[in-house]
Amino acid sequence: MSKLGLWQQFIYYYQHNGSYVLQQFNRTFLISIYGVLFAAVVGIPIGIFISRNAHLGNFVVEIANFIQTIPSLALLSIIMIAMGLGVMTVIVTVTLYSLLPIIKNTYTGMKSVDKNVIDSGKGMGMTKWQLLYLVRLPLSMSVIIAGLKNALVIAIGITSIGSFVGAGGLGDIIIRGTNATNGSAIILAGALPTALMAILADLLLNFLQKWLQPKGLRN
Amino acid sequence: MVEESPMVEFKDVTKIYSKSKQPAVEHISFKINKGEFCCLIGTSGSGKTTLMRMINRMNSVTKGQVLVNGKDVKKFNLVNLRRKIGYVIQNNGLMPHMTIRENIVLVPKLLKWPKEKLNEEAERLIKMAELPESYLDRYPAELSGGQQQRIGVVRALAADQNLILMDEPFGALDPITRESLQNLVQNLQMQLGKTIVFVTHDMDEALKLATKIVVLHDGKLIQVGSPEEILHHPANKFVESLIGEERLSEAKYETVKVKNVMTAPVKINLGASLNDALAMMKERHVDTLLVIDDDNHLKGYISIADLQRKYPHVSSVSDIMLPINATVGPEEYLRDNFSRILSRNGQYIPVVDAERKLIGVVTRASLVNVVYEKIWGEKKPATEELEKKAN
Repeated sequence: MSKLGLWQQFIYYYQHNGSYVLQQFNRTFLISIYGVLFAAVVGIPIGIFISRNAHLGNFVVEIANFIQTIPSLALLSIIMIAMGLGVMTVIVTVTLYSLLPIIKNTYTGMKSVDKNVIDSGKGMGMTKWQLLYLVRLPLSMSVIIAGLKNALVIAIGITSIGSFVGAGGLGDIIIRGTNATNGSAIILAGALPTALMAILADLLLNFLQKWLQPKGLRN
Repeated sequence: MVEESPMVEFKDVTKIYSKSKQPAVEHISFKINKGEFCCLIGTSGSGKTTLMRMINRMNSVTKGQVLVNGKDVKKFNLVNLRRKIGYVIQNNGLMPHMTIRENIVLVPKLLKWPKEKLNEEAERLIKMAELPESYLDRYPAELSGGQQQRIGVVRALAADQNLILMDEPFGALDPITRESLQNLVQNLQMQLGKTIVFVTHDMDEALKLATKIVVLHDGKLIQVGSPEEILHHPANKFVESLIGEERLSEAKYETVKVKNVMTAPVKINLGASLNDALAMMKERHVDTLLVIDDDNHLKGYISIADLQRKYPHVSSVSDIMLPINATVGPEEYLRDNFSRILSRNGQYIPVVDAERKLIGVVTRASLVNVVYEKIWGEKKPATEELEKKAN
């Protein structure tokens, strides 16, 4: 084995463990997606709610900012103490980290909707719900999607670290590489798909962001 | 006859915004009748927008009552009230993510009209806005500012609202576009008989459009009246300054009546001899005389030319008298007769009362004074120039 070059070792690893890598790729992806989805389910309504009140808004964004400043490995360990090893710990951590970009972007998006448009919507007799789903949400959708995009990219990073608390995923392969002698190829075998996933997620959501941008606002 | 309740009525209305102690408007009472075009005018901070927004409860009422169709606005369902009242704001407030079609029929759609009716309505209204039907599928950003506001205006009519609120709708437009929009609104109002409440700070706009003007200053009602009343009897210095000196002196000229400028006529009795007439002409330095009967009724006139020609053959004034067609009454406005007087070949026009008794004449010379005052106002240009030289 050691006589092979780095890339040859890398290809050899994929030839023999292809399906395993794919399995771990899926696992990492799903953990990240679940974390972000939970954060979106909680964060978007919070963002909408706090956009009505500047004081409350600043306060909530401060809290989310505070969570963000805790190093991910530290937060992961703290939650592990409470929830034990396993996937759930990682999903909760990802959720907490995703909250900030999602809440912040929802809040900013809502705030940036032209006041004249809201005023005329109200004046024409829209109910609060109609104002929300006919005006405020469509007009802030692309900013909210940008928040989801940031959250997902961060989530993929955290999920890789999550292998330390036994969640599995591509991080497992990286850790195995660091433990092995001359394990560079194995590290690469885990790290490259992780990076690729983050890049793809970014591209995909960029596309989604453009697609959801209302036609009247596209230039 | 039962008196129809006014479209909108303010009863001793006061508004205090929660964060300030100073009331935004206080003790305001006035009525807006059906079909009126009511302009609320004042400087910024006068409370005109605040007042208007209380009608559709975009602002709450602190004290007093606002009635729409005789019913307190607080007793309406908020959403229904607003859907019944058209609303146009300064920066058009079109939904940027909706097509023009969707924008126009927004309120009917909220009211859940069937789809075919929505399309019909959109097509009817875009015609009213004087824009091509192909614009229906465009987005607001693809239209010019003036076109957008046209849509903003007709959108307020989409659910057949009888009352329309407009908050400085043309403030951000260039003068030419503004004028065409003003014409549009005026036509719509006259054709459809809508009641319009229109906030503006532009007196020209108010005088052009309004049938009733409400002047506000520092949250207080200063004057309510028709454009003519405001123009001719401004309540105080503030209203005067709002109207502007130029327009005031113009208005003064507008109200000058014939009797204010007429002078004593040179007249002669029907039965007088031509010798008397000639003597009078010489004495008074005139070449024509107005002829009256014993009761001072105007009968006609004689001129020196006829007198000279016919002197050898006839002896009485009545023999050479010519009839007079053009006369004016003393209570008529000079402005209505200005060109008539100037275009007449004669030097003057006789003023007669209802019984056709001669009471004066308006000469072309007396018009000079009026024109002088209209152009120079109270100012004396000569002294002003002297002052400038002295400085």
